[in-house]
Amino acid sequence: MSGIPHDHYEPKTDGEKWLNSRLPIVGLIYDTIMIPTPKNLNWWWIWGIVLAFCLVLQIVTGIVLVMHYTPHVDLAFASVEHIMRNVNGGYFIRYLHMNGASLFFVAVYIHMFRGLFYGSYKAPREITWIIGMLIYLMMMGTAFMGYVLPWGQMSFWGATVITGLFGAIPFVGEAIQTWLLGGPAVDNATLNRFFSLHYLLPFIIAALVIVHIWAFHTTGNNNPTGVEVRRGSKAEAEKDTLPFWPYFVIKDLFALAVIMVVFWAIVGFMPNYLGHPDNYIEANPLVTPAHIVPEWYFLPFYAILRAFTGEVWVVQFASFITGGIIDAKFFGVLAMFGAILAMALAPWLDTSTVRSGKYRPMFKWWFYLLVIDFFALMWLGAMPAEEPYATFSLIASAYWFAYFFVILPILGVIEKPLVPPETIEEDFNAHYGKADAEATPAAAPAE
Amino acid sequence: MFKKLAIGAAFAVALTPAASFAAGGEGHVEDFHFSFEGPFGTFDESQLQRGLQVYTEVCAACHGLRYVPLRDLEALGYSEEQVITYAADNFEVFDPELDDFRPAIPTDHFPANDAVGAPDLSLMAKARAGFHGPYGLGINQLVKGMGGAEYIASLLDGYTGEEKEEAGTILYENKAFPGGWISMAPPMSDDQVEYADGHAATVEEMSKDVSAFLMWAAEPKMMDRKNAGFVGVLFLTVLSVILYLVNKRLWAPVKGKKQH
Repeated sequence: MSGIPHDHYEPKTDGEKWLNSRLPIVGLIYDTIMIPTPKNLNWWWIWGIVLAFCLVLQIVTGIVLVMHYTPHVDLAFASVEHIMRNVNGGYFIRYLHMNGASLFFVAVYIHMFRGLFYGSYKAPREITWIIGMLIYLMMMGTAFMGYVLPWGQMSFWGATVITGLFGAIPFVGEAIQTWLLGGPAVDNATLNRFFSLHYLLPFIIAALVIVHIWAFHTTGNNNPTGVEVRRGSKAEAEKDTLPFWPYFVIKDLFALAVIMVVFWAIVGFMPNYLGHPDNYIEANPLVTPAHIVPEWYFLPFYAILRAFTGEVWVVQFASFITGGIIDAKFFGVLAMFGAILAMALAPWLDTSTVRSGKYRPMFKWWFYLLVIDFFALMWLGAMPAEEPYATFSLIASAYWFAYFFVILPILGVIEKPLVPPETIEEDFNAHYGKADAEATPAAAPAE
Repeated sequence: MFKKLAIGAAFAVALTPAASFAAGGEGHVEDFHFSFEGPFGTFDESQLQRGLQVYTEVCAACHGLRYVPLRDLEALGYSEEQVITYAADNFEVFDPELDDFRPAIPTDHFPANDAVGAPDLSLMAKARAGFHGPYGLGINQLVKGMGGAEYIASLLDGYTGEEKEEAGTILYENKAFPGGWISMAPPMSDDQVEYADGHAATVEEMSKDVSAFLMWAAEPKMMDRKNAGFVGVLFLTVLSVILYLVNKRLWAPVKGKKQH
């Protein structure tokens, strides 16, 4: 692995040498754990560990749940109740898994917005960013299919609505939808394939996580200043970095423990708060719930999906020039996936030469507005599709696209950025002063 | 278009008592106080016993509790013998081995009951919510809980006495029910049951008691869950403090004194 120069593992004993010449696994682990990490990382950088923890939590609790769950339309709902009532600790394991999905998404959204603010997506970290977006897409698929498994009313109708999106694709949509569902409607075939994929995808996510880590271990972490670690020599790099173990492992574990206090309180005291009561009613294809709402983490994109109705001129225009092939429903689907694609394209849409938002006086405000926009969309997604929410949704959706396709490219040209510090060491010392213990002469700390 | 939807929705609500609540502004849910609310709330054993009595004497005529095993009633403070007697006295279940009905035993579940199309009550207290506001943000639920038991109690206590006939069905006006008209006749009147503990048997009291029982039926492990939550929060708090101190000490030599 190329990257920041640092110490490598040297096998000492004969046994170690024997293993290392055959399988350098200890060296690989050593290089991964001891990776030089910018020492000025702030608390927004802890969410990666939280995400890794979530993945493990979901896989472990999920494997236990599968031991007691039955993927069949007649038995799924009852088997979940069996877990809740008869399996030892089953109620807690299920609530951990259920709310673990929410923690997973809280963490991934903060992690993504951190990347958007500090410019972590910019060269040379585009691959890390793209892999991250793929992981996010897979997470959404996994969470959606997992929500179907308890076979409650919201499971069933959520599945019906979301798979219906594929039906909006011109010409082949209906065939694709039938193929996805394994039949004309959501039924046992659907439940079984969703169960299968819900078990499979987390392992693909785990593989992608390894690639994600590999990619940013090659480029090195970004950091709040966006200034790169000096790589001229090991001694130089050590002025800007500290090894991941123990400095960042302990810091991240502390943050994780604090987050777990809140998470555990939610699971213990209000585990159904983030869910929907309708999902405690067994699925019934004959009764449509009055209000079909996706889980909170899908709401922003659900709002974008619903925002583009037939009354919007952009939709009418698209419909006109394509001779009606793109109708309002398909436009909404394109907008929803487009909103995620826009994020994935950020590395090429952002023209600014400065990486971190800290040193971009205009960008900052547009970014904060994007965060507010995200929460507004989340709220709007839960509201009924009527005025005034429809207009608000349209405005909020428009801003989402404007941020990526208009504001990011233009800002880079018109904005006059501040000057970031020369080195990470300079930034660190400006915050914390020069360490007494450090004997090496360093660049002059900021006054 | 919207009109069509509204009519459709109104039909769905009116025709099916199992139709879900619609969020916001639909029915009025009274904020009854229950002993199990909040992180430290516990079930009131005598209230659950009274609730079971109301369920057995009133609700069970039309409703079932198909996911609740009779053996779980020991959690309400009954002895094994009492549960055996209760099961045998009150319920008959179909036994495929005998190919006939026999008196229920504790390993059976409460029987399902769809004789008149009434919804099963096993999870009713979790399948309804009471408070959604303000502005659909659900902040009330943070403080007051999801409100499923409040919803059931409000519904049972919410009849105004008005009734009307619609397409051959008699509908009863109810303050808590979404849409305002429900097909279930008022199930209780004052002193409908005679409580063994001499507790007043007004409609409101019986409504609260049976709602508390249904909350237990929906979430029998609630106390265990809160216990585990409490122990976990305590443990993780201590762990956080330790990790905070370790982290501070670890970084101390790296960080100098703050320069401001």
